[in-house]
Amino acid sequence: MSADLAAILLTARLAGLTTVLLLFIGTPIAWWLARSRSRLKSVVGALVTLPLVLPPAVLGFYLLVLLGPDGAIGRMTQAVGLGLLPFTFPGLVVASLIYSMPFVVQPLQQAFVAVGRKPLEAAATLRASPLDAFFNVALPLARPGFITAAVLGFAHTVGEFGVVLMIGGNIPGRTQVLSMAIYNHVEAMEYGDAHWLAGGMLCFSFLVLLLLYSRGWNRPQ
Amino acid sequence: MTIAARFELSYPGFTLDVDLDLPGRGVTALFGPSGCGKTTVLRCIAGLERGEGRLGVNGETWQDGRTFLPAHKRSIGYVFQDARLFAHLDVRGNLDFGRRRTGSAAQGVSRDTVVDLLDVGPLMSRLPPRLSGGEQQRVAIARALLTTPRLLLMDEPLASLDQARKQEILPYLERLRDELEIPIIYVSHAPDEVARLADHLVIMAGGRAVVQGELPATLVRLDLPIRLGEDAGAVFEATVAERDAEWHMARVEFDGGELWVRDSGAALGQRVRLRILARDVSVAGSRHDDVSIMNLLPATVMAHAGEDHPALVLVQLRIGSAVLLARLTRRSAQRLELAPGRRVWVQIKAVALIG
Repeated sequence: MSADLAAILLTARLAGLTTVLLLFIGTPIAWWLARSRSRLKSVVGALVTLPLVLPPAVLGFYLLVLLGPDGAIGRMTQAVGLGLLPFTFPGLVVASLIYSMPFVVQPLQQAFVAVGRKPLEAAATLRASPLDAFFNVALPLARPGFITAAVLGFAHTVGEFGVVLMIGGNIPGRTQVLSMAIYNHVEAMEYGDAHWLAGGMLCFSFLVLLLLYSRGWNRPQ
Repeated sequence: MTIAARFELSYPGFTLDVDLDLPGRGVTALFGPSGCGKTTVLRCIAGLERGEGRLGVNGETWQDGRTFLPAHKRSIGYVFQDARLFAHLDVRGNLDFGRRRTGSAAQGVSRDTVVDLLDVGPLMSRLPPRLSGGEQQRVAIARALLTTPRLLLMDEPLASLDQARKQEILPYLERLRDELEIPIIYVSHAPDEVARLADHLVIMAGGRAVVQGELPATLVRLDLPIRLGEDAGAVFEATVAERDAEWHMARVEFDGGELWVRDSGAALGQRVRLRILARDVSVAGSRHDDVSIMNLLPATVMAHAGEDHPALVLVQLRIGSAVLLARLTRRSAQRLELAPGRRVWVQIKAVALIG
C-alpha cells in the first residue's frame, strides 16, 4: 500500500507542478493566439492542439527520441549538466507540459477572445498601458477561463498513461504514477487494490468538478 | 485653442479622408449617416485607430509623420456607445480606474463635482451588470471625466438607449457642456441631439467632412449635402424677457424680434436655445391676425432650394440677424413670388425651447 501512496503523492506533485507551469507558459501563448493576426497563428495553434489528437504513444515515442542520449534535446541537457530526462521526474514534467498544453491553452484562448478588445480600448482611454490593461482588465475578466484551464490541466495530467509509460518508465517511487499503479494491480490480478485506487480517483475527480460547478465558475454572466 | 486633424485611412470598401479644424472649446458635433466615418474619426483622435495624417490638440502634436502618441498617453476622455464599464469592478472601482492612473499632478475636475454632476453617488457599490443602460452611460461619462481630460470624445452616447433614457441623460450632457470647460467632440446621427447640444457642426458623408462651421449658420445652409427632411430647421439663441403666469407662456427676445413659447421654467434673463423646424414655418404675403398662430414676424426672403420631393422647396428667411428655414410647396412659393429680397410675414407654428 505504501507503493500506492507514493504513486498518489507523485501524481499529485506532477499534476500540480504541471498545472502551475502551464498557466505561466500557456497564458502568453493563449493571449497571442487570441489577439494576433499573424499568419504563424494557425501553425502555432495547430502545434499546440496536436497532443489532443495524437496517440499518446506517438508523442511519448518522439519525446523519448528527442530527450534521449542521441536526441537534440538530450544532448543539450547533457551538455549543461542536467543529465538525461527520460525515466526521471523532470522528464515526466516535460512530457506532461506538452501533453496537457491544449487543455490549458484552449480555455484561456477562448476566455481572452470572449473578453475582446473593447474593455482593453476602454482601459487605454483611461491611461492604462497595454501591460497594465492586460494585468488589471484582461486577466480579471478572463478568470473563469483560468479556473477551467487549471481544472482541465490538472485532471488531464492525473489521467495520462501512454506518454508517462514511454517517457517515465514505471519506476516505483520515482516515476510510477497512479494510472500505472492501477495498471500494475490489474496485471497482477489484484483487483481489490485496483478498486481502491480507481474508485478513489473517480470520487476525487467528481468532487473537484462538483465543487467548481457549485461555485458557479461556469455560470453565464 | 484648436484641434487640427487630418486623417487618411482605407479599408476594403471604405476610404476616410478628412481635414478638420475644430474649435478648442464648446461642443463640436460630427454628424452624418451610419457608415460615413464619423466614429473612425473619433477613434483616430483617441489613438485607437491609426491612419496616415496628423493631429494637433491645443498646440500639442499627437500625431504626425514620425510621432504617434499611443492612446493611453493622450489626455482624452472617451465615452463609448456601449458604455464599456469593467464588469469585474463596481462603480467605484470603475470611476477610480482612470482617476488613479492620471496622477495627482493633473488637478482639474474634483471627484465630488463629477459625482454630483452625473448623480452617480448612490450607485457606488453596484456592479455594472446591475445598472440600467442610462445609469451605465452616466457612470461611463463620469469615469471619463475623472481623468481630467483636455478633450472629451463621445461616440453616440445615447444611441443605445431608449427615448426615456435619452431624455434622462440629455440634461446631464447639457450641464457638462455648460459647467465644465472641456471641449467635447460628439458623434451623432440624431439631428435633435445635435441641435440641442452642439455649438459647432461638422457634417460627414462618404468618409469626408463635407461641411463644417458654427451650428446656427450651418444648419440653415441650403447647400448641405444631406437632406434633413422633417428635421431641417434653424437653431438660435434668445433671452427670456417675460413670463406670463396666466397662460403659462414665456416671451423670448432675439436679435430680430420676439417669440412666445411654452414656459419651460427658465428664469427671466436666462439665455435659451430655440429650435424652429422648417416644416413648422409658413409664409404669407401680408399680415394676418385672425389665425391661431401667435408668432408672426416680418422677414426677407434670402434664397430657396429644391427639396428631395419635387413638390417641396426650402426657403431661407432673414429676421434681423437670425435666419429661419421654411419648407413650403413649390406651388405656394411660386404663387407668393418668393424671390430673393421679397418682404413677407412668417407664421411660426411651433418653437421648441431646447435648453
